[in-house]
Amino acid sequence: MAHSPLSAHSAHSAHSGLSASDLEAFGADIDALLTRTKADLGARDTRYIRRVIRVQRGLEAAGRALLFASGFSPFFPPLFPASLPAWALGTGALAASKILENMEIGHNVLHGQYDFANDPALSSQTYEWDIVCPSEQWRHSHNVLHHTYTNVRGVDHDLGYRMLRVDPSQPWTPLALLQPVSTLALGVLFQWGVAAHDVDMPKYLFRPRERTAEDREKVREFLAKARKQLLKDYVLFPLLSGPFALSVLAGNLVANVVRNLWSFLVIFCGHFPEGTETFPPEVLEGETRGGFYLRQLRGSANFEGSWLLHVASGHLSHQIEHHMFPDVPAHRYPEMAREVRAICERYGVAYNSSSLPAQVWSVAKKIVRLALPGRAEATAEAA
Amino acid sequence: MLDTLDMLDTLDTLDTLDPRSWGARLASALVYPRTLDDFVGLVAPLRSRRAHVAEVAFVRRETYDTVTLVLRPGPRFPLHRAGQHTALTLEVDGVRRTRVFSIASAEPLHHARRRTIELTVRARPSGVVTPRLIARDAPALREGDLVELGPPAGDFVLGAPIPDRLLLVSGGSGITPVMAMLRTLVERRHRGEVVFLTWAKTPRDALFRAELEALAEAAPLTCPGLRVAIQHGPMREGDLSAQVPELPSWEVFACGPPGMLDVVRAELATRGDLSRLHTEVFSAPATPPVHEGEGAGEGGEVTFARSGKTARGRGPILPMAEGAGLRPKHGCRMGICHTCVCRKRSGTTRDTTTGALSTDGDVDIRICTSEPVGPVVVDL
Repeated sequence: MAHSPLSAHSAHSAHSGLSASDLEAFGADIDALLTRTKADLGARDTRYIRRVIRVQRGLEAAGRALLFASGFSPFFPPLFPASLPAWALGTGALAASKILENMEIGHNVLHGQYDFANDPALSSQTYEWDIVCPSEQWRHSHNVLHHTYTNVRGVDHDLGYRMLRVDPSQPWTPLALLQPVSTLALGVLFQWGVAAHDVDMPKYLFRPRERTAEDREKVREFLAKARKQLLKDYVLFPLLSGPFALSVLAGNLVANVVRNLWSFLVIFCGHFPEGTETFPPEVLEGETRGGFYLRQLRGSANFEGSWLLHVASGHLSHQIEHHMFPDVPAHRYPEMAREVRAICERYGVAYNSSSLPAQVWSVAKKIVRLALPGRAEATAEAA
Repeated sequence: MLDTLDMLDTLDTLDTLDPRSWGARLASALVYPRTLDDFVGLVAPLRSRRAHVAEVAFVRRETYDTVTLVLRPGPRFPLHRAGQHTALTLEVDGVRRTRVFSIASAEPLHHARRRTIELTVRARPSGVVTPRLIARDAPALREGDLVELGPPAGDFVLGAPIPDRLLLVSGGSGITPVMAMLRTLVERRHRGEVVFLTWAKTPRDALFRAELEALAEAAPLTCPGLRVAIQHGPMREGDLSAQVPELPSWEVFACGPPGMLDVVRAELATRGDLSRLHTEVFSAPATPPVHEGEGAGEGGEVTFARSGKTARGRGPILPMAEGAGLRPKHGCRMGICHTCVCRKRSGTTRDTTTGALSTDGDVDIRICTSEPVGPVVVDL
């Protein structure tokens, strides 16, 4: 097969120093790990996810009950939580439940990680998660666009979410000056950002003539789901608690924002720390299995921490493994990571892993630096 | 220990709620995007509305290769009629599998509080599920495990009124539906003539031997017209008329392997009344067994059930469907995004990335990385 100068092999080889045959062997080693793990999927995995689901539902019920109870006040008017400890505990439990549901359950089930079990309750085709973004739309923008074309400029819209400059190759505009603030705003409202992602919302809003029938349908679905989500957390549960409505409403709001900030932090630490690379669209041309794995490796970063941190991140702390094996149950990533690391060492390719604070710091620096114009010094510093 | 069934009786009030009533709508708005069932299922799984969930009350060993599963279904499980079957869904090594079995227990008269039903299962050596049900080490089902049951179905049932002369014929594990009939007749003190003939390969294969002998012994007190005969070896033409006089005057219910039913049919055609024959075939799934690595790249014929189209070929099903003029939704075309997942009704497919085979019917497959191995039916 003839290669154009920009074909996948040469593009990868130029950066990683892997020869075409090494790249193929690298891909075969990763594939072997995937095949071995998939053959081993079974009761251990379904037991795990069902246990997480039980804990999550328990936390949700406990959180809502505590928030309700926290309103009972001996004072009048009972506008504010009478029992701050109960309120904080309830909000914490609800936030933990929303984090588990979003990350370890929703994200991973929607990736089809548990489709092997043939259980409708764990099926990527039917699961609906507890955020405003309809599952079906997210599966398109995330599973198809982001996971297939990871970090390919112009194709993977997760690169900066159409609003942030996260790569020096993106052109600078004065809007970028605001990005230290707009990034934080995105974090607070992350579920809305995710929901506005599959349909290009800025385009939809400001160029109504270019709306397609499919766009309209998607926006309708999104609005219908958003209405139900808002109704539940900000109208029905508060109203049910009668005079303590404000206390419940505040708890629900805080829980949602905590979940938003946490998922935002996890996602940003997965692809934007220093050392993660982006790729030109030409990289896709004739890309081999080995090339695909290598691109996923070089476009992703892991963070390290305790078992609880991994579970809370939906094991996206292992973003590298997640991008190599998006449909393998995520709780398997820590054990797979040991082998992936060993394979990377064997082929001399870098494996980007650091503590969570270090990755957060790395992302924050990048966001701030790229707020200013100029690509030369940015790339120089990154190197 | 407190019984969850008793404790959660209050949940029954939910059953009486009209799904369009304000109460039901409020409840489902509060738990959205979960359903009420998702929470009920965690504390009282038998109350699930999504499916009929049953608890394994007991697993009884019958012979060296058969066990009886005693299952306690929830209160909504419909009463079965003797001779009907149910689709049992259970988890084997983390994967849900569905298999159809006849119900062997007697027909219940009413919704008893702690009703159980029994399925007697023989291991099929090449099977995925049945060998695990009879396994002594790590059996697929233990007391307390949960399974799902399909509603009882099938027309192989005693009519009403029950005929005066009943001939119940069975071979091998085909004994189970007629056993349900016999148990029902005895429980209801049936006064007519009942002849129960069953064939087993060898004496150690004979199912329910002790119970059948006990029933025959007690017959004068319970079902005076009952006669039972357990025979070994293959059934031959003439065996029925040797056992009962005036063969045309008997209503015949027969269940067994296809070869045996042919013999029954042949005999009734010459010496009996074919119009009074009711049969139920017992056979292994139609999919021929394929082993890992076998039949690689041979391809097969894919039937797209919803559009009525077919395609023949090798390699993944997605391009075959596109070649047949279909436009299935898809994404990465490399098995990672699960956009192209669709239902496989029957047949065997191989995962082109791992080589693993999928032999079950009614499972989801990714058509971009599944190739047919022989005939396959998918919902497209």
